[in-house]
Amino acid sequence: MEPKLRIEGASKIYATKSGAVHALEDFSLDVHEGELVCILGPSGCGKTTLLWALSGLHALSSGRILLDGTPVVGPRPKEIGMIFQDANLLPWRNLRQNIEFPFEIKKRPVDGQRIDALLGETGLRDFVGSMPRELSGGMQQRASIVRALAQNPGVLLMDEPFGALDAFTRDEMNLLLMRLWSESGQTIVFVTHNISEAIFLADRVVVMTPRPGRLARVYEIDLPRPRTVEMMFESGFIELVQDMKRVVETGGRDLLEVE
Amino acid sequence: MSELRDEIPSFEKRTTADHGPIDWTGLTSIRGARSTMEVGSIIALFALVFFGLELILRWTNTPTYVFPKPIAVVRTLANEFTAVYAHHLWVTMYEFLAGYAIGSAVGLLLAALITQKPFAEKVIAPYVLIMVTTPMIAFVPFLRLKMGFGSWPLIIAVALAAGPMVMINSATGFRRTDLAKIALARSYGASTFQIFRKIRFPLALPMIIVGFMVGSIFGLLTAVGGEMVAASESGGLGERLVYYSSLARMDEFGAVILIIAALGVSIYVLFYFVGKRWASWEA
Ligand SMILES: Nc1ncnc2c1ncn2[C@@H]1O[C@H](COP(=O)(O)OP(=O)(O)O)[C@@H](O)[C@H]1O
Ligand SMILES: [Mg+2]
Repeated sequence: MEPKLRIEGASKIYATKSGAVHALEDFSLDVHEGELVCILGPSGCGKTTLLWALSGLHALSSGRILLDGTPVVGPRPKEIGMIFQDANLLPWRNLRQNIEFPFEIKKRPVDGQRIDALLGETGLRDFVGSMPRELSGGMQQRASIVRALAQNPGVLLMDEPFGALDAFTRDEMNLLLMRLWSESGQTIVFVTHNISEAIFLADRVVVMTPRPGRLARVYEIDLPRPRTVEMMFESGFIELVQDMKRVVETGGRDLLEVE
Repeated sequence: MSELRDEIPSFEKRTTADHGPIDWTGLTSIRGARSTMEVGSIIALFALVFFGLELILRWTNTPTYVFPKPIAVVRTLANEFTAVYAHHLWVTMYEFLAGYAIGSAVGLLLAALITQKPFAEKVIAPYVLIMVTTPMIAFVPFLRLKMGFGSWPLIIAVALAAGPMVMINSATGFRRTDLAKIALARSYGASTFQIFRKIRFPLALPMIIVGFMVGSIFGLLTAVGGEMVAASESGGLGERLVYYSSLARMDEFGAVILIIAALGVSIYVLFYFVGKRWASWEA
């Protein structure tokens, strides 16, 4: 079966005043339709760089990305929804206007029904008139998820969406995300530097090395769904966390030798 | 399909608000009054200054040609407003509003244009600075010689004074870029114009409002000052100032000053509310 997303030998070198920065090196991965893949790696390993390339926001230095078999050479607003690091709401718009922003850009009629349903599920219905700065971090991030989901994209790219949230709120948001995903069946690429978050959410976890970002190892996660917070305290889960921690720290070198 | 650009995804060094947020409350300490106590004290202090001045001037027997007494000034203003001052107020307002409209429109447009190209900005910036620091009043007599005794010399001076102020502040606003927000718009397929209208412009708006405010004060001063130097045949508030002071008619002189002060305060209050409505998201 043809993968939904195919990343082939993706490399990215930034030219800076102090020389070339190798952010991403020969990264290859297939993501299948309806799959939730987490990309895990330490800060600065090139996760955002990879996601921006996937969403067609910037070009790779070499390699290519295929979505449904066609190369991504620019934004694909019909098929891809991007959720940015921090909620990235527009501070001069209230919550409802923020959610309607993509409709304005696409010059499409606002799908009020879909928005209302999503607002209900995310518990934001009473806050549609609030300005972003009046909302908590969790609420802002929920709003940015509603903004993306209202477009009903086939592929959702999420860049550390819950990185700035406290642990409790994060668990809550992860559960919400999985519930929404189980209803919609989107393909999700979720970037995080949090190991247990990655395992908790993913069908597969892709571990990256520190800069330059390379693929260190791929883990299949066979925890049953729907998942619960309690699963994070089971011994299998904890062992997996420790294992991944080692891979992240060593860049996967020791494991490659063992296997 | 849109062309790929090599943009910077680095969120570590965030580029939000290059020039720092604009603190509307920091621009001045005046805020809307909150309670009857506050309103009461504002009125009480005003009364104290007004009548205190009156009393001091009476006790010290200060002659009117040295300093007019507040009560007499207000009486003069009230009695002769429609007969005398309304006309001159209109003359000044006309020059001011026409010049301000032209100057600020051109200033805003130029700011939006030059900030698109950093190179253009570098080349043009020194001239804008020179214009900001040049007292445009100085050109009014010269313009009179060329253009006669109508309103145009003053309209032009006002435009030249207000325009660069609007431009320099608006340019600061347009220079603020927020890559994450621009990327957001692009990810939904936004065109360059949509990015300008929906991201860059709202981001710049608080600074644009500051520019319009400073520009309007500069414009008003230039209108009045220009009339003091070389008024049109219709007069104007500045022309009245020179006229009354040359005859030592200080009550009337004071009345004109009061009108100008009222204009300044009105402009201020207007922009206070404009800022509150359109720029408060940043405060
Ligand atoms: N525009 C840029 N110019 C130079 N270096 C960059 C730029 N953007 C990112 N980098 C560098 O590339 C590396 C990867 O960045 P990024 O993709 O943001 O990592 P992550 O999202 O995993 O934290 C980092 O070392 C970062 O400093
Ligand atoms: Mg990142």
